Amino acid sequence: MPLDSIEQTYRSESRRVLATLIRLLGDFDLAEEALQDAFAAAVERWPTEGVPANPRAWLISTGRYKAIDGLRRRARFDGSLVSIAERLGDGITPAHEVNDETVEDDQLRLIFTCCHPALPPDAQIALTLREICGLTTEEIARAFLAPAPTVAQRIVRAKAKIKAAKIPYQVPARADLPERLAAVLHVIYLVFNEGYSASSGTSLTRHDLSAEAIRLGRLLVELLQEPEAMGLLALMLLHESRREARTTADGELVLLDGQDRSAWNREQIAEGVELVERAMRSRQIGPYTLQAAIAAVHAEAPSPEATDWAEIVGLYDVLLRADPSPVIELNRAAAVAMRDGPEAGLAIIDEILARGELADYNLAHSARAELYRRLGRTVEAIGAYRRALELTQQEPQRRFIQRRVRELA
Amino acid sequence: MKYLCLIYENEKNWESLPPAESEAIMNEYFAFTEEIRKNGKYVAGEALQPTATATTVRVRNGKVSTTDGPFAETKEQLGGFYMIEAKDLNDAIQVAAKIPSARMGSIEVRPIIDFSQEAAKREQAAGATA
Repeated sequence: MPLDSIEQTYRSESRRVLATLIRLLGDFDLAEEALQDAFAAAVERWPTEGVPANPRAWLISTGRYKAIDGLRRRARFDGSLVSIAERLGDGITPAHEVNDETVEDDQLRLIFTCCHPALPPDAQIALTLREICGLTTEEIARAFLAPAPTVAQRIVRAKAKIKAAKIPYQVPARADLPERLAAVLHVIYLVFNEGYSASSGTSLTRHDLSAEAIRLGRLLVELLQEPEAMGLLALMLLHESRREARTTADGELVLLDGQDRSAWNREQIAEGVELVERAMRSRQIGPYTLQAAIAAVHAEAPSPEATDWAEIVGLYDVLLRADPSPVIELNRAAAVAMRDGPEAGLAIIDEILARGELADYNLAHSARAELYRRLGRTVEAIGAYRRALELTQQEPQRRFIQRRVRELA
Repeated sequence: MKYLCLIYENEKNWESLPPAESEAIMNEYFAFTEEIRKNGKYVAGEALQPTATATTVRVRNGKVSTTDGPFAETKEQLGGFYMIEAKDLNDAIQVAAKIPSARMGSIEVRPIIDFSQEAAKREQAAGATA
């Protein structure tokens, strides 16, 4: 039995095994230790004894046995562990009863625990990437441009809070599900956006984050079949489908209307559109589904001119009712400008800015600049671009704006 | 597992409430307390006099200093508490959400340290190293 097939088992099974071990052992650290011990045992025994019929069940029961054994040995020095070792030793589902369904439930339990609203937001993200995606602390730190010790501490503190405050390892009750699911979807979307729109760091790690977010979204759709989970997955796939087209070879930003649509990933678009339709049919249509529907209209349009802008404005109207926000108003204004002309869009943006909202939001000023540019009002356009530039930290965006200003001047 | 639910709200709100409304809220509190007594979650609970009645005591270099306050500089002040018995944090959050002041102010939910377990651990650790 070659070792690389154990490695393959590790990649495909370790997160599932961990999720179940956390439930069986009631402790994150103990479960991680048990997971490593179980795979160490596999490396030792599988090459001679052969791969067990059900590797997952074997790993779970081996990990659990090793953890209890370890606790019993330590209990000789630490009396408080005696009761834990005893409790874990009996009255618990034997590992051979660990069927696929309970393993799936455990994965859901893990997701909802890592994204528990009682944990600080950055810890939710770090814990999710660490425990569910299996990223190392160093990988998470690199992706979020944070020092590794900071990320490690976030994770340690989050685990300590889970234990001390007794955050339960469970899928929330039906009544709490919508709110708790929203928190999970938010974490996944943050991970995705970090990989999609952040400008710094190597593109490779960033892309990995988006891929992890999509993987998590898929897992959630498989496990829960909730319309908003489908909506989020669709939204991520539809954004991801444009990844190649939204930057030039030398890393310059290309806006939607300038993108080479033949470079869009048709497979991801097809999957995204199918998911949007499924979510829409549920009649429980939430903000992610609506945003995905808007992205789907773009994805299916052969050119910017041939886009159904009326449909997009209509979807934004529904989205604004479901989830009022000035950023969505701004996006709607851009769609109105495409449907009714730049003046109509400008009027809406100026009204948003007059309310004081988004006054420091760079995209509001660059959208305004863009519309002035289309109207041929160069002075106003340059002024608005300059304001946007003052507020932009992302390098490709800065270069994009500077290029526009140069073209106009 | 025990949790302390600390009730924070703007105490000035109470002063400005018409009597009928504050009476209605008090009745809600009585009903809530009765409910958690019945379902076994109640351990203790009290309401506090306003912060104007508070005194802060410090001992520095062996000298006791007593001052008025703390004053209501923050928007919300500690106004009372419930100690509850809950299965886990989700359970405790559900109880805390039913405290009437959760709608006006906020409830801080803090797990209580179980010193009997902590002490046992320490004794064992001491025994192991001895």
